Amino acid sequence: MVVNDVEREFLLPVKTQEGHMDLSEFYDPSRRQYDGNRLLKEIDFGYSDDTIKTLGIFNVDLFIPILTYIFGQAFLNGRAGIASIYRLRNERYGIKSDEKVFADRIRKEVIHELGHTFGLIHCQNPDCVMRSSTYVEDIDQKSHHLCNHCRLKLI
Amino acid sequence: MAKKISILIVDDEESVRDSLYNWFIEDGYRVECAENAKKALTMLESDIYNIVLADIKMPGMDGLEMLKRIKSLRKESIVIIMTAFATVDTAVQALKDGAFDYVTKPFDPDDLSHLIRNASKQISLLEENEILKEKVVSLENVEDLIGNSEAMQNVLKEIESVAQSNASVIITGESGTGKELVARAIHANSPRKFFPMVSVHCGALSESLLESELFGHEKGAFTGAVYNRKGRFEMADSGTIFLDEIATISPKMQVELLRVLESKSFVRVGGNKEITSDFRVICATNRDLKSMVEKGIFREDLFYRLNVVNINVPPLRERIEDIPLLVDYFIKKYCLSMNRPLITIDSSALKRLEEFPFPGNIRELENMIERAIVVGNGKKITLKDLPLGKTVVNTTFESLDDLEKNHISQILSKYSWNISVSAKALKVDRVTLYNKIKKYDLKPAK
Repeated sequence: MVVNDVEREFLLPVKTQEGHMDLSEFYDPSRRQYDGNRLLKEIDFGYSDDTIKTLGIFNVDLFIPILTYIFGQAFLNGRAGIASIYRLRNERYGIKSDEKVFADRIRKEVIHELGHTFGLIHCQNPDCVMRSSTYVEDIDQKSHHLCNHCRLKLI
Repeated sequence: MAKKISILIVDDEESVRDSLYNWFIEDGYRVECAENAKKALTMLESDIYNIVLADIKMPGMDGLEMLKRIKSLRKESIVIIMTAFATVDTAVQALKDGAFDYVTKPFDPDDLSHLIRNASKQISLLEENEILKEKVVSLENVEDLIGNSEAMQNVLKEIESVAQSNASVIITGESGTGKELVARAIHANSPRKFFPMVSVHCGALSESLLESELFGHEKGAFTGAVYNRKGRFEMADSGTIFLDEIATISPKMQVELLRVLESKSFVRVGGNKEITSDFRVICATNRDLKSMVEKGIFREDLFYRLNVVNINVPPLRERIEDIPLLVDYFIKKYCLSMNRPLITIDSSALKRLEEFPFPGNIRELENMIERAIVVGNGKKITLKDLPLGKTVVNTTFESLDDLEKNHISQILSKYSWNISVSAKALKVDRVTLYNKIKKYDLKPAK
């Protein structure tokens, strides 16, 4: 589902690759989280040779030094981005599991971070997938589509 | 709005700089980084950054010292200090030194967005403040003073130069030239504009009424004085008093007025308590006060007290080029107030208006246009809607020669300086007309 949606938004073919990275060197014991900045660089240098854009999806809690957590981040107009599904599950917030909602949040996060790699900045349109999201509720409120304004910037 | 804001991040840790850079760049801000205070100060000297986000602990010059230097460079800079939990005391010191806010690392993503939003609001307020300050020094509320003519532009310049001062002003000019509008423009552009401008039409009131009107009265001061009443001078406290038709006041009132102008204090009619009021005086007259002084009708000392600045409003016949603008303005004004669609004016009607001497000046023109809109066909003002021919009574011409000169000039203009047709209309032969043109030095309008 995510692959199809990403292809539809960016009109480019998408390929996926499942892997098991050793993340121990990115782990910060003092914060008990994984360093998003270093992971982003790792994806950029190690994995994005044969594609235009590469996005790493992780099942761990990500942080950057200044923020308590992040859902994801990307190099603006760059080749790589990362996203974490760790905080996207309902169970994380004591709510009943919902696989459909979970999948919806993943596709929005993936399209959002890839949007940054295509040079899109945060959008004020409440329905646009490029709207900034601090909490999962924010992710739920927006759609998984780019608004016309952002779509025009892509062309 | 976000795109206009520029942020400078100052932190010795590369990971912090990168994180903040990525975070803000995704929000559309212009972001640059410096790894120490020295480099940041150099960047701040050559470029303007709206927000500086600086770590408090840095090798070399620390954030606090840098904050002081930034504030001395550009007082309105918004500096946000980043600190760890252990240094909250220092952050408080930073606030005392002029920091906009401080954040403790790591921040909640929402906190950071809120902080920048607040800082952005502050920046907009500062910019708005600057714009408003500029607006204050340029002329405002002069929309009713219509005219591109040199004479009118000179009046506007005089208004601008006199408005900021506290000097008394006498506005002279024929009846209907807009003297009160000039007074209002002076008041509206003066530091007193937030206080009232009180108008008194001196010519319309008898001496005793004028006295009570200007100074107020106590209950029982005279028959009918059933309440205490504030006078106009009292009402104009901190504002402006406009005395229209000042030349008509009696010698007794002239003495009283002089005393009030000198002491800025007075006593209500029938009262004994001295009241002080801080007002600015603007007077208007259509008469020649100086000649009245020479004739002994107007007090010389009062004249000089009032006549600190004199603004002469030109009659309409001296600024014919403003007539089309004025006509357009009055058409819009009255069509709107009568709830009618906007109409135009026939070119021949406009031409006739430009030739008309307008002894009643702009007031006469305004009334003419209002009447034409009422009686007209609702599409175009034509010659027949304008009462030009019937009511031409030019009171400004005293001699027969002046009258003759003006009449010949009008007829010549009417027939586009066709001498034969004009002579026929005037019922004189062509030679006589040529002689009159020579005598009065008449020339076709350019």
